[in-house]
Amino acid sequence: MVHLTIDGKKIAVEEGQTILQAAAKNDVKIPTLCYHPVVEPYAACRVCLVEVELRGKTDLVTSCNTKVQDGMDVRTKSERTLQARRLNVEMLLARAPAAEPIQHLAKELGIEGTRFEVKDPNEKCILCGLCVRACEQIVGASAISFVDRGTDRKVTPPFGEPSEACIGCTACAYFCPTGAITCEDKYGRKVIHSELHLGPTTAIRVPIRQAVPMVPFIDTEACIHFKTGECKVCAKVCDREAVNHDMQDQVIEVDVGTIVLASGFKSFDASRIPAYGYGRYPNVITALEFERLVNASSPTGGKIKLANGDEPKAVGIIHCVGSRDEHYNEYCSRVCCMYSLKFAHLIHEKTKADVYDFYIDMRCFGKGYEEFYHRLLKEGTKFIRGRASDITDMGLTEKEEGKLIIRVEDTLLGTVRRIPVDMVVLATGLEPGLDQNQIAKMFNISCSQDTFFLERHPKLAPVSTFSDGIFLAGACQAPRDIPDTVAQAGGAAAEALALADKGIFALEPVTAVINEELCSGCQVCVGLCPFTAITYDKGKGISIINDALCKGCGTCVAACPSAASQQQHFRDAQIFAEIEGIFLV
Amino acid sequence: MNEGTFEPRLVGFLCNWCSYTGADLAGTARMIYAPNIRIIRVMCSGRVDPQFVLKAFKEGADGVLISGCHPGDCHYQEGNYKALRRYKLLSRVLEQFGIEKERFRLEWVSAAEGIKFQQVCNEFTAQIKKLGPLNLNERGDKHERS
Repeated sequence: MVHLTIDGKKIAVEEGQTILQAAAKNDVKIPTLCYHPVVEPYAACRVCLVEVELRGKTDLVTSCNTKVQDGMDVRTKSERTLQARRLNVEMLLARAPAAEPIQHLAKELGIEGTRFEVKDPNEKCILCGLCVRACEQIVGASAISFVDRGTDRKVTPPFGEPSEACIGCTACAYFCPTGAITCEDKYGRKVIHSELHLGPTTAIRVPIRQAVPMVPFIDTEACIHFKTGECKVCAKVCDREAVNHDMQDQVIEVDVGTIVLASGFKSFDASRIPAYGYGRYPNVITALEFERLVNASSPTGGKIKLANGDEPKAVGIIHCVGSRDEHYNEYCSRVCCMYSLKFAHLIHEKTKADVYDFYIDMRCFGKGYEEFYHRLLKEGTKFIRGRASDITDMGLTEKEEGKLIIRVEDTLLGTVRRIPVDMVVLATGLEPGLDQNQIAKMFNISCSQDTFFLERHPKLAPVSTFSDGIFLAGACQAPRDIPDTVAQAGGAAAEALALADKGIFALEPVTAVINEELCSGCQVCVGLCPFTAITYDKGKGISIINDALCKGCGTCVAACPSAASQQQHFRDAQIFAEIEGIFLV
Repeated sequence: MNEGTFEPRLVGFLCNWCSYTGADLAGTARMIYAPNIRIIRVMCSGRVDPQFVLKAFKEGADGVLISGCHPGDCHYQEGNYKALRRYKLLSRVLEQFGIEKERFRLEWVSAAEGIKFQQVCNEFTAQIKKLGPLNLNERGDKHERS
């Protein structure tokens, strides 16, 4: 430990620290411009000057790159320090008069105007080189550097042209202390600025506020480290050393006794219905997009806004998008009616917009659901019974100009109507997951006609499958809402536990047995068995069936030339009798 | 028996996991299909011994259906492939016995395909109606007498 005094306060810090770091740790503020904790200090701006007395000698040093020594007496607010700092800032003000941080700094230090010659009143760069050091040390691209000397010195990519080495990370703009660097792409748009994106834009981030587990991940496509091998700033600043850039995807094998399949669903792709114009009209959005919009952590902060930032005056919600439609999915997706009602409620709550709700049938089947529907009726939602045929932006009247017009046959009025709205929310249905068939193959279970997983029996074994020990939970089995999913998943978990807890497994009693008297030892059955349950006993000269391995398919029985192999409960004689029985009547 | 009133007697060997469940689905869904088929449940289409088919024809069946899981979907991994191999061989044997190969049929019906089971039954019944009764026993008797 090194013992020193800062502004009269005795402190002890670890060896190798700079005065600036020691001061920061002890809540002593020293102004800086060209310093950044993750970049090597360079002492270019001279703003962090402090007065240091050591062994009777007093000197002005830059605190960012001067290491602490035993017995140092550091004075950050002495008259000499402030005087030198004022002079430096005054010179910086002449160099970069347009830079706001310098103007602020000057104000703080009581400087009014500069006595030095101002070369360019629009200049912001103070030539501190933080951007150059960041590009070299952090990004590893070295795409920009100082060129020329003396009064001509400036920061630029080679030959003043866009550099091939530049990876477009905009780290230089981020690090620049005076806002002198702006990054624009060749289309004139600003790059990597959150207003252009709905989501977060850092390469390491927590995907959403509700993420489980609530830990950040590294987007390797965006991360500078995976482009240049450098940076790792996140790892440097993480005290817990939790960031690891060398992690690889791993395949982990786990031995389990039972499995609960909860592979979920996929939202219907609304662009499959061209008439609704999803993807063409920016204000036609899907249910999940609306859900993201009204979420308190959304880019709009939970405000319902159109693509141009205005609040909608009328919103249409179209039910059964991709559901109850023989062209897409015949089944009812169950959840859409209720979430559509929730949306209508939220729109009423957050805006003054008219809400039009286009439904075929209102399916409010659950506890308290019908009551909620009645509440919406009272709130003034305009319910129109009929499937919306299409959405167009071709207004016929002045009232329709600039609006999205939903055309619909109002089956209660018996007439075709045109409803102009500003925003349309498509209540997209639930579909089986993309890899549903692969999962079914993997677990040797069946899918029903709509490709949702098939339960063993709709009433007697609703969470079991045809494969023992594999259970179903949630929307992978059929569309269902959260309460139903939670209830069913509880059932599946209980079934799985019951099986695991028992520790023993009851075999089907339909295994095959070999009559030793009849077996000739031809071994036809041995090769046929898919479970390698049959072995040949050389001593006895016959085949033997392992009861624990036999699943009772009976293919060996069908193949046995001497009828030595017989399947219990499905013996040849029994089936012959069945056949005879059929023709008795 | 003329064609108009002839009601063929069909025997179906259905695997427990796919086709029998599919037939059950057709039933629980109250689908209407030709009532000519009599179903015998086996655990797997691979359990169907060629003797069963011969026996069914001998007892008076006008057609025999074997139905199992779709290829790759077998509950016992590959029983339906074994059924397919036996079916191909047996079809040729049946022809040599004078039983038209149209009277013997192999179909893949999954547990979800109640509609397909309905279609298969209707089609098969119509096909056998067209072929007429097999009358295997009468033919056999004639052969013995001569």
